[in-house]
Amino acid sequence: MGSSNKKLIRDDGKRMDGRELDELRPIAIKARVLNNADGSALVVWGNNKIIAGVYGPRECIPRHDQSLYRARVRARYNMAPFCSLEEHGRSGPSRRSQELSKVISEAFENVVIAETFPKTAIDIYIDVLQSDGGTRCAALTAAAVALADAGIPCKDMVAAVAVGKLNGQIVLDLSKDEDNFGQSDNPMAFSARTGEILLFQMDGLLTKEEVAHGIEMAKIASAKIHELQVEALKGAYDSEHKTKLELNIEPQKI
Amino acid sequence: MEIQKELNHEIVKNILKQGKRIDGRQKYEYRSIELERDCIPNAEGSAICRMGKTQVLAAIKVDLATPFPDRPDEGVFSTGAEFTPIGAPHFEPGPPRVEAIELARVVDRGIRSSEMIDLKSLALEGQEKVKALYLDLWILDYDGNLFDAATLASVAALQNTRMPKIEDGKIIRGEYEGNLDIKTIVTSCTFAKLDESFLLDPNFAEETGADGLLTVAVTPEYMCAGQKSGKAGFTQKDILELVDISFNKGKELRAILGQ
Repeated sequence: MGSSNKKLIRDDGKRMDGRELDELRPIAIKARVLNNADGSALVVWGNNKIIAGVYGPRECIPRHDQSLYRARVRARYNMAPFCSLEEHGRSGPSRRSQELSKVISEAFENVVIAETFPKTAIDIYIDVLQSDGGTRCAALTAAAVALADAGIPCKDMVAAVAVGKLNGQIVLDLSKDEDNFGQSDNPMAFSARTGEILLFQMDGLLTKEEVAHGIEMAKIASAKIHELQVEALKGAYDSEHKTKLELNIEPQKI
Repeated sequence: MEIQKELNHEIVKNILKQGKRIDGRQKYEYRSIELERDCIPNAEGSAICRMGKTQVLAAIKVDLATPFPDRPDEGVFSTGAEFTPIGAPHFEPGPPRVEAIELARVVDRGIRSSEMIDLKSLALEGQEKVKALYLDLWILDYDGNLFDAATLASVAALQNTRMPKIEDGKIIRGEYEGNLDIKTIVTSCTFAKLDESFLLDPNFAEETGADGLLTVAVTPEYMCAGQKSGKAGFTQKDILELVDISFNKGKELRAILGQ
């Protein structure tokens, strides 16, 4: 957590990028953007550009990963070395990306009806092509659409969003600068139908009341994101739909 | 993969005996090609090339780096390729496999030998550090002919690479001072050899079913990179013919690149 003295909320009560405290960044979701993956989705979320591809159920390799009882649900969150505005990154898993892969996998283990496919693997691959804060939430949101596009039987859709604290105020969907200089970051994912929280992480300092306020704010926003996910999936069946990755799609204000 | 190769070999060869390609193309005809530029604004240059169902993203990051000891007055140019597991069912996570290394090296050779980037111009007057261009090739959908798709995406990305502003030996991120200067345009043509036939721009079935591949990269004047891969042998005459076709096809490809 960086310095919390930096001014992140303007005198008119809006954030530096002009958003209200409970306003999401513009988001666009497109399902089925790739030919090879069984299911795929692109999420453009503010300046984030994230692609998810799903393969499976398929043979689980290595064999010692297999379960006799259910399919393995394995998510891999990966940042491209060119994704940040800063210097060229290293490829391969970092400690951070391994942790995120774990918690994202576990969120999907809750919703995928894995008992139907013993000894198989359902692989969810996520590449962050451009990052600007909130990538794990956008990644999880993309992966949920890709899973549905792949026709993997699921109990529910999942949508994720973060809340945080800037200059003492609880705000929705932190950008990179807000995350770097804010006082708290609290990403979470909601099961759309049940409202259960399937991913929950938090850092910084929050009072009990602030935690409650944040969860409520995130829950309302996740319902809006869920609507976009459903629209994206319908779009894949539109007669105008073309299976191609167009990264320059314009995200819509929500 | 092994079984797929055998099957594809039979299928592609049998159709070829009737004088046809599996997708109905002529022997020296490309699939539809689309370029989308500036798709990763955080990178200094970027482009996606869609060639049929193959989709390759090329992105360029500009940094400051220590020059190679044997070339202290030249900037650094480095190419990497990632066969992200999203791109094909047989791509696995982990360190780059030999195919990814080969792709990165062949694309790198074409760009480097053509001198389309003047590496000397990337040196910084009176400073130890030089500018470094890192080219990453991201294979998002593999349906054959990564060499040509990656070369096109890379050249398109280089064509619109913005050079970041440098002050007191540091890069000011998000501020730019003009575009990277491009001296010439590289294009490549990849041919699959099947028996005595050659097929330009092989798709997945043709590439995996082929006896071998030949890639020829050219500028308008010179051949600048070549790679034979697979077990097939090529005759002297074959190679000269394919080089000739590559020079001709170069015009078509440069038109797609707006040159």
